[in-house]
Amino acid sequence: MERRVVFGGKLLPYLLVAPQLAVTLVFFFWPAAEAVYFSTQQQDAFGLSTLFVGFENFTSLFADPDYLHAFKVTALFSVAVTALAMLPALLLAVMADRVVRFAAVYKTALMLPYAVAPAIAGVLWLFLFAPGVGVLANALRWAGIDWNFLLDGNQALALVIVAAAWKQLSYNFLFFLAGLQAIPKSLLEAAAIDGAGGWHRFRTIVLPLLSPTTFFLFVVDVVYAFFETFGVIHAVTGGGPSKATEILIYKVYYDGVVGLDLGGSSAQSVVLMIIVIALTAVQFRYVERRVHY
Amino acid sequence: MESRSGHLAWLPHLVLLLGLLLVGFPIYVTFVGSTLTTPEILSGHMPLLPGGHFVENYLTALAQGMPQLSGVPVARLMLNSLVMALSIALGKMLISFLSAYAIVFFRFPGRMLCFWMIFLTLMLPVEVRIVPTFQVTAKLGLIDTYAGLAIPLIASATATLLFRQFFLTIPDELIEAARLDGAGPLRFMWDVLLPLSRTNLAALFVILFVYGWNQYLWPLLITNTASMTTLVVGIKSMLTVDANTPWHLVMAMAILAMLPPAAVVLLMQRWFVKGLVDAEK
Repeated sequence: MERRVVFGGKLLPYLLVAPQLAVTLVFFFWPAAEAVYFSTQQQDAFGLSTLFVGFENFTSLFADPDYLHAFKVTALFSVAVTALAMLPALLLAVMADRVVRFAAVYKTALMLPYAVAPAIAGVLWLFLFAPGVGVLANALRWAGIDWNFLLDGNQALALVIVAAAWKQLSYNFLFFLAGLQAIPKSLLEAAAIDGAGGWHRFRTIVLPLLSPTTFFLFVVDVVYAFFETFGVIHAVTGGGPSKATEILIYKVYYDGVVGLDLGGSSAQSVVLMIIVIALTAVQFRYVERRVHY
Repeated sequence: MESRSGHLAWLPHLVLLLGLLLVGFPIYVTFVGSTLTTPEILSGHMPLLPGGHFVENYLTALAQGMPQLSGVPVARLMLNSLVMALSIALGKMLISFLSAYAIVFFRFPGRMLCFWMIFLTLMLPVEVRIVPTFQVTAKLGLIDTYAGLAIPLIASATATLLFRQFFLTIPDELIEAARLDGAGPLRFMWDVLLPLSRTNLAALFVILFVYGWNQYLWPLLITNTASMTTLVVGIKSMLTVDANTPWHLVMAMAILAMLPPAAVVLLMQRWFVKGLVDAEK
């Protein structure tokens, strides 16, 4: 889309885009280029000299069982976070769309986790489930369950999944509610007159009309689970116990910042970049198609 | 529909109340924890009603230096978080407003190149290119500075795209009228476009303030001294591996870390919800 009427001016437009372009070039293109460059280099132990090694960082990455393990953990983690963030949000949005009384109260309260940092969400859930500290950890022990996520990898994974999904619930809820409220009521009334029951109407009218929102949220949630959940993992489990909660972004951080393996970490960054670009491309293709119908 | 008047009218309320419980319980327990003492918390049967140490705990956290934070009090961390969040929010809004204005209201060579360069940044969150971005920032000498905390994060396309979308809906007649009245491009931007963008600016402010305040990985990397770190990052240093975690102070810090972004979201709710849904379309 273009404007018909525009202003003249030779220098002014450049001055106006200059600040954003400068920041983008220095803090976006330069680092991205460095990531690609370093992913083909290998540094010696003292960081004094580097050597071009082509794709060796990538091949050794995919031969590394730890990396493949992080991939598996990330897949499980992101699927679980996405499902746990979306399904309750959809249910709550459907219910919030139906009520008249207290609607504003529900909506406001359910919005709150949006304002909570992932790391803080992690701390809240840690306080509930820390062995010997949290009220829910004590309750589990009371019920005879051997709860100690500091030792049990599956329990640790479950805890970070719940904390990460809890934070994202609000975002999904707000979008589902907006999507539901955009569905013409006349459509649902017509279906009701034709004798379609509540569940039937939901399945055949509401869900299909909600599918663009659902798809959009799916992509957003996966990207969230991949990257923004770093704070949850770092604050609650530190990737442990024995790498049970080490997702890809945590490994990039750990190998690059703690392990000082620049080449390997950069290669991981490049892999992540490719994943995000693919996800975004899929999303834009879908959005394009959506515009036409 | 039938549930509104019929026999299932209570069901949505029940589900929503369960939702409120899910959302509210962790926050409530954290608040209760922030009003107790650590021995009370660790007693094995922590009370579920607020205790009597509210004022004491928050004063200690805010004003007294924390040994785990090299003697820096939480008030200083809050100041750092505030500076970072405000710089990111206002900085992003400013540079995005200007660049979107140039791209929509002018024709100049390289215009589409500029647009695509900005658009590309939408794709890569800072976490992905974290280590090289850190190195670039270090080369520029921005470690442990407010500039280093904020500037690398203001390079993002979301705000530019939102402004662009909005600017495209401005009717041509408005520009023609402004021209007839002798207003130049800058005058038009300041007197016409800026007031018209108020709603978008308010919504963006909420989204970007929350984004800036809640950053974690970036401030973790870019700050080495405790006096420059943010509250969200500082909490992690309080969680020691051994049993010495001062839980009552950690909980007070968690509440303090949630308050400002929650206040911004709640106070500006009306614009925020509309803006959030529009921004992502």
